[in-house]
Amino acid sequence: MIPAAFEYFSPQSVKEAIGLLEKHGDDAKILAGGHSLLPIMKLRLAQPKVIVDIGRISGLSGIKADGQKVAIGALTTHDAIERDAVLKEKCPLLAETAAVIGDMQVRNRGTIGGSAAHADPAADYPAALLALGAEIVAIGPKGTRTIPAGEFFVEMLTTALKPTEIITELRVPVLARGTGAAYQKHPHPASGYAVVGVAAVVTMSGGKCQSAAIGVTGVAGKPYRATAVEKALIGQSLDETTAAKAAAHAAEGVDPQGDLYASGQFRAHLASVYTKRAVLLAASRAK
Amino acid sequence: MAVSKLFGAKIKRREDPRLITGRATYTDDMQISGLAYAEIVRSPHAHARIKRIDVEAARRQPGVVAVFTGKDLQGVINPIPTAWLIPNADLKTPPHPALAVDTVRYVGDGVAVVVAEDRYAARDAAAQVRVDYEILPAVVDQQQAMAAGAPLLHADVPNNQAFKWALGNGEATAAAFKEAARDGVVIAQRFLNQRLIPNAMETRSVVARYNSGSGDLTVWYTTQNPHIARFLMSVVTGLPEHKIRIVAPEVGGGFGSKIPFYADEAIVVFCARKTGRPVKWTEDRRENYLTTIHGRDHITDLEVAARRDGTITALRGKTWANLGAYLSTAGPGIPTILHGLMLTGCYTIPNLDYVVYGVFTNTTPVDAYRGAGRPEATYLIERIVDLVAAKLTLDPADVRRKNFIPPDKFPYTSAEGLAYDSGNYGPALDKALAAVDYRRLREEQKRGPRNGKLLGIGLSTYVEICGLGPSSVVGSTGFQGGLWESAVVRLHPTAKATVFTGTSPHGQGEETTFAQVVADELGLPIDDIEVVHGDTAAVPMGWGTYGSRTTVVGGAAIVLAARRVREKAAKIAAHLLEAAEKDIVFDQGRFYVRGSPDKAKTIQEVTLQAYLAWNLPPGVEPALEASAFYDPTNFTFPFGSHVAVVEVDAETGQVALKRYVAIDDCGRVINPLIVDGQVHGGLVQGIAQALYEGAAYGRDGQLITGTMADYAVPKAHMFPTFETGRTETPSPHNPLGVKGVGETGTIASTPAVVNAVADALRSYGITTHLDMPLTPERAWNAIHGQRREVKAR
Ligand SMILES: Cc1cc2nc3c(=O)[nH]c(=O)nc-3n(C[C@H](O)[C@H](O)[C@H](O)COP(=O)(O)OP(=O)(O)OC[C@H]3O[C@@H](n4cnc5c(N)ncnc54)[C@H](O)[C@@H]3O)c2cc1C
Repeated sequence: MIPAAFEYFSPQSVKEAIGLLEKHGDDAKILAGGHSLLPIMKLRLAQPKVIVDIGRISGLSGIKADGQKVAIGALTTHDAIERDAVLKEKCPLLAETAAVIGDMQVRNRGTIGGSAAHADPAADYPAALLALGAEIVAIGPKGTRTIPAGEFFVEMLTTALKPTEIITELRVPVLARGTGAAYQKHPHPASGYAVVGVAAVVTMSGGKCQSAAIGVTGVAGKPYRATAVEKALIGQSLDETTAAKAAAHAAEGVDPQGDLYASGQFRAHLASVYTKRAVLLAASRAK
Repeated sequence: MAVSKLFGAKIKRREDPRLITGRATYTDDMQISGLAYAEIVRSPHAHARIKRIDVEAARRQPGVVAVFTGKDLQGVINPIPTAWLIPNADLKTPPHPALAVDTVRYVGDGVAVVVAEDRYAARDAAAQVRVDYEILPAVVDQQQAMAAGAPLLHADVPNNQAFKWALGNGEATAAAFKEAARDGVVIAQRFLNQRLIPNAMETRSVVARYNSGSGDLTVWYTTQNPHIARFLMSVVTGLPEHKIRIVAPEVGGGFGSKIPFYADEAIVVFCARKTGRPVKWTEDRRENYLTTIHGRDHITDLEVAARRDGTITALRGKTWANLGAYLSTAGPGIPTILHGLMLTGCYTIPNLDYVVYGVFTNTTPVDAYRGAGRPEATYLIERIVDLVAAKLTLDPADVRRKNFIPPDKFPYTSAEGLAYDSGNYGPALDKALAAVDYRRLREEQKRGPRNGKLLGIGLSTYVEICGLGPSSVVGSTGFQGGLWESAVVRLHPTAKATVFTGTSPHGQGEETTFAQVVADELGLPIDDIEVVHGDTAAVPMGWGTYGSRTTVVGGAAIVLAARRVREKAAKIAAHLLEAAEKDIVFDQGRFYVRGSPDKAKTIQEVTLQAYLAWNLPPGVEPALEASAFYDPTNFTFPFGSHVAVVEVDAETGQVALKRYVAIDDCGRVINPLIVDGQVHGGLVQGIAQALYEGAAYGRDGQLITGTMADYAVPKAHMFPTFETGRTETPSPHNPLGVKGVGETGTIASTPAVVNAVADALRSYGITTHLDMPLTPERAWNAIHGQRREVKAR
């Protein structure tokens, strides 16, 4: 578990970092918190020749509310997100999700930008980012662009980012009136990652579900919106029975992944159960 | 024995400050000038013929000092031996070369070694060693390995059968089964005891230094038993024993995995001799998963015969024990002597007929893992007692009570022929049931599931064998050593004491408990006592730390040595006080003539006089130290009752452990904090076997659970606060009255939790047997297979 040799750069600005990425092309890898990259380097599953550590670039971390959006710097750690007062009030789903990532050491080092960029199919944030309709802001040689979460996660460990692009910020909407959100997770007993993780954002009106957004992680090769569930929820007064009925569609249209711990069939079942639970909890929080 | 101040006191572990503040020195911390680093090239295949090894590219890598293959070791390094040659079992001991020459037999089998200036260079160069393999079919399951046509691992071992070991009385057992079939119950069940990975926090590490001038070899390494290591190092390397010094510096846990003598230490010693450089090798975690021994891995078919009133009359069964690719140091003894001999547990089961097959497979060798054989035995008996209770619709506590060995029957000779030293099983069970409020829980359970959660209560009343052990007895089991223990208690002129023990504690806390014992015996402040262990140059021959023997056997040697010191000190004190020795009283570090406590000589004054030697009684030698070699007359048999309370989520199959009560009887307790600590650690590992852990191989022999991201090492948040308690039944033959507590937690807890989950499912009408680990999917499948709606309450 000793990584292959690599060259290390510690750029002071985003511009400098992009310059390094352009220069070294496929040989280069961005390093943020290192909690996804270093483990695979130690197993020599990744052997980048050049490491571009963006950790010393100022202005890439921190959380600020900005009208109807909350902007979170790419280098903001899971721990900072879990504890942030602004997020707790304006987008509690993200704080709730951050709180169940890994363990304290992981939350102290790991960053939201790194988690999004790594796109592990069992990572927690992607469920929330999808359910929230978050935007990922990236800067590359050609300037800044904003990628909707729904277009960002392309497949397992693959995103819409170009190798020369750096995520600088993620934006999530402020929780609207009458809306509640919840994240429910079945952690893998070994890795702590989500066997199934479901983020639900539910808007209630007159005791009925007006809209719902359900993000699911851990189940398929990439995180997805459970659109069949969302549709089935609309217009329902949410109780155990109606929620369960809608949640039964949680793995519809995806190919549930199986492993030693949970078969695909069982994951699909868990997806339904955790979707039901997330929906009911979110609905109970909708005020 | 007078109960004095420190025996029984809750003293915090003296070793902890250095351990938890990063000031302890482990093997990998060793720095010696000129140190080179070894990396062992390992087979990526489970079974293959080595056609060719090309080391030239590796040799040319920057920083490489040397590269060696199995051929270089041939004739220099002898095969790695096994040390437990169980008799009457047709044991096969195929050679185990330190580095494979023709054939690799498991993923991780060493084929070459690179020595380089630093660890990185060694690792990079190792990747340049080219090995041409002809891949052979592999077999990982022990029953498949014995089937006709299975790939054979070793030329002279038909059917891959390493041994067949039988125990009991077939005829009487058959008769008991006949009777039960007619007029009682017979239950048969297959039990799997899955393979576990020990996961000591510190991986294995070796630093070897050979001085070609003096011919001295010093090896610092992660061993639980430095003297056995020296003995075997001498056998394997051919170097004379007196020229070898083995040092176990701080050792970060072992759980049995650091008992064996591995090929790696011999390889590193070879490298140090050949290169003339001190050489360090430290396995990384992935290597640790592949090459450090695994534990358990039994398949058992077990039958029980019982009368309608719950009296168990016989056990009959067969176990297939997976031994891995080679016999590890204690490999053959674990599933036989330490397992089969404990099968009837704490019950008066008169008849037994049991066979154990030891089987070679293309997997990592299997050896002792915390509990070593007894967890497997306890799992079988405690599960099957529950099945008897369920079948007869009796309370599992009542069935246990009915079959307990009664207190007036001790010493009790079990059907296996062991003499249990002492026991009183009923009170421990009563205490456990009272602590958990068993009756209330059963009532609650009768009211049915609440919020979709099924309540389950599981019992485990265990007895185990500790304090290994009387040398002549272990010798008769084929163990190639004695299991007595040594101690030296040395007072220095200022009456500070150094205590040397042949055991080798590595986290168990004996630096504290041994000092407590000596402090009491000699009336010294505990801070004046140092406990030294783990260095063959400092400590007389001893057999190390495992089998919950350290306090039982090593502690006994220490107390005997301390008493010898005290006797000699009393002689000198009598002389100084001008009194007869028989009139001398010793109390809290002071010697005085009976009736005149004011005129006393302190142990400090006496010690100084012993060293000055100006005025010693005739015939008394100067200085104050004594040694003792203690060979126990019997094993010890700790016991207890554990209760697990679980809730099974009917919707997901997820098991939540709600409460855990452990009432243990390990005889007299020297330090309750340390006993609790041992129990807690054991519980975590035992419960994790029930719920989380399990090593898995693919059919091709690849370890699927090859990292901690796949293999579920338990974490603190997975457990409730443990509720521990004790009863105290001293061992009658042990000078300290102690029985050992290092493994009880692992031994008792696995069946307690599995019984609790089975109980939860049974309360819901589901009787499917589940194999460990009890993952949500397994429980859910059982529930789903016989689905009923869970009514909300
Ligand atoms: C023991 C352990 C347990 C864990 N458990 C969980 C868990 O339960 N749930 C969970 O979701 N995650 C878990 N993780 C992963 C953790 O959350 C990681 O921190 C996270 O996935 C990656 O963030 P990072 O900052 O560490 O990124 P790094 O490891 O530094 O980088 C990851 C990848 O993203 C790229 N990258 C990083 N930052 C940027 C950027 N700003 N722009 C573009 N590319 C970038 C890197 O080049 C790299 O490819 C766990 C990790 C460990 C070690």
